[in-house]
Amino acid sequence: MKANCWVAPNQVAVENVPDPQILNPRDAIVRITSAAICGSDLHLLHGFIPAMKKGDILGHEFMGEVVELGPGARDGLRVGDRVVIPFPIACGNCISCERGLYSLCENSNPNAAVAEAVMGHAPAGIFGYSHLLGGYAGGQAQYARVPFADVGALKIEDDIPDEKVLFLSDILPTGYMAAEMCDIQRGDIVAIWGAGPVGQFATCSAFLLGAERVIVIDRYPYRLRMAREKAGAETINYEETDVMDALRDMTAGRGPDACIDAVGMEAHHPSAALQAYDRGKQALKSETDRPHALREAILSCANGGVVSAIGAYAGFIDKFPMGSFMNRSLTLRSGQCHVQRYMRPLLDRIRKGEIDPSYIITHTLGLDQTPHGYDIFTNKREECVKVVLKP
Amino acid sequence: MGRKSRGHKNTALHIRSMKDPFGIEREAQDRSQAMARFLGWCSLGLGVTTLAARPRVARMCGVDDSPTAQTVLQAAGIRELGHAAALLIPRRRVGWGAWTRVAGDVMDLTACGRAMQTRRGTRRMRLTYTMAALAGITMIDLYTAMRATRGRRMKDGTRVQASVTVNRRVDEVYRFWHDFQNLPRFMHHLESVQVIGDRRSRWTAKAPAGRTVDWEAEIVDDRPNEMIMWRSVDGAKVPNSGCVRFVPAAGGRGTEVRIELGYSVPGGAMTANMAKIFGENPGQQVCDDLRRFKQVIETGEVVRSDGSPHGTAIRQQAKQRPAQPLAMHR
Repeated sequence: MKANCWVAPNQVAVENVPDPQILNPRDAIVRITSAAICGSDLHLLHGFIPAMKKGDILGHEFMGEVVELGPGARDGLRVGDRVVIPFPIACGNCISCERGLYSLCENSNPNAAVAEAVMGHAPAGIFGYSHLLGGYAGGQAQYARVPFADVGALKIEDDIPDEKVLFLSDILPTGYMAAEMCDIQRGDIVAIWGAGPVGQFATCSAFLLGAERVIVIDRYPYRLRMAREKAGAETINYEETDVMDALRDMTAGRGPDACIDAVGMEAHHPSAALQAYDRGKQALKSETDRPHALREAILSCANGGVVSAIGAYAGFIDKFPMGSFMNRSLTLRSGQCHVQRYMRPLLDRIRKGEIDPSYIITHTLGLDQTPHGYDIFTNKREECVKVVLKP
Repeated sequence: MGRKSRGHKNTALHIRSMKDPFGIEREAQDRSQAMARFLGWCSLGLGVTTLAARPRVARMCGVDDSPTAQTVLQAAGIRELGHAAALLIPRRRVGWGAWTRVAGDVMDLTACGRAMQTRRGTRRMRLTYTMAALAGITMIDLYTAMRATRGRRMKDGTRVQASVTVNRRVDEVYRFWHDFQNLPRFMHHLESVQVIGDRRSRWTAKAPAGRTVDWEAEIVDDRPNEMIMWRSVDGAKVPNSGCVRFVPAAGGRGTEVRIELGYSVPGGAMTANMAKIFGENPGQQVCDDLRRFKQVIETGEVVRSDGSPHGTAIRQQAKQRPAQPLAMHR
């Protein structure tokens, strides 16, 4: 089959690889009908996530048709079922899964010992997301093996198009969880750093959960326009305006009640000196992640507010404003999305027409064009917001 | 273990220490400590004799003609008392005490060598005897010191512990473990365990080059829903023992499983055998075993990815294959 593989930092290539096969009883093999490139795939592309190997198949947002089932996955699934696959691999049997913390599944990462050495304790395995998170082949391919398919795969029984349900695999639940972590109360103002796909969905979700106003911060006018026009957000372009001043002004001095960091480890700073400072530290490996958005979110947040960090971080950051955080009684919440927990309720909202996530799609490409997809997505060319692949 | 020592029976049935249930470690320690004590008493005797009868000792060694030698002998006598203190004052480890004796021997040999350069006749002959005796003592000291130090290094190999929490009731976990035939499902170094009697079982482990090693084991203690303790019966190539305890985790959070395995590692050959059977790092192996145990009892399978197609194993993780499907015929 064909698959999009990681070759080296800043290089991916579509290669011919062996077809996947059933390795375990609860596996399913899925023929992929739609896949997407995620913003977090760009961290892999840029080489900021450790433990990647040449030849690793990328992609953790995909859906398709079940073509083969192991004997242990036949309870709820049949060959021919249309399914959306959540990106965290979860067994459904451990205590974390029972509590709904699927991205913390205690069993799905066969390389847990390595992850423990880096992170203290190991999170779940994730498709196509480094050997630290299991070494699973991803879904930017024609076929994929889905472990614990009986727990993960969400069956789509009607003929609702792929474009409306594909994002249940990651970014829609991720954006929703970012907003849910804010514990939004009536009258709350939510600020969101990053107008990428997750930031867009966090915006819709914040409104769905009762936010009064949502303010989105980015530097790409086309992305800010999408947040304004499609989701009703107010926007700040951080290259034109001082964010903290603007937020103070827009909230009459209080600051936003909740701040979402939908940027993560590769943030940019409008000041060239500050950007160079963190970029240099990153290059020297004295910090792995550039936390400009997180720092600003903490400093901007209203007293007693919540900071929800949903953008991906890999390792260590410098100059975490702990004094501001502690003295102002802030709460920091975070996590890889527990996708399985949100899929069904969000599918219901899609069916009812409350959300149509397909609005963020700007490009639909064939699998062969995946490297081009990475290029326009990472370089923000052709007003790219989201690339969907059709294998 | 292995030998029919008294410590065996006593400790197996009345466990004094969870850290060393069968007294394996203590037995090895006892042996090297006895030798070190003996040398300590020798030092004390020699030190006291030298200080009390310095002129006679000097004559015996053939250095009664020099005032410098008297001073050297006095210093050596005091030093011997130091060795005695290091070796005889009770403490957990005697490794460095034995090494102080080796250092002293080197000093003595050097002093004798220098004394010999200027002496002829009877004195020279006496010095030669002294040198020979010193050389012999040096060998014994060196052997004791090395054993004591190696014993300490070996300690890590003789006992390994690991623990895990599994989301299953304590009775299920106990029952699963009690059926020893389940062990090879998650203990990858085992090929099979065959139950051959009420408390007896035959274990077969994989060894390099497709060979196998097997031994018989018996359950020595069995408390339902609490613990199981077993050991290999006499005659096993690598005498070994194991103990697994089950405790319900507070708040209904499953069961805490704590395992401890012990191996008798008296010498080089056995060490090599142990490596054959249990891999190069038994501690890591046991951790991997418990991770797979959790996977099997919670999910029913050993979790596999494309990078780790054989499942959790630390050696596998060091040399991951790319995360793409294995080439095989479907």
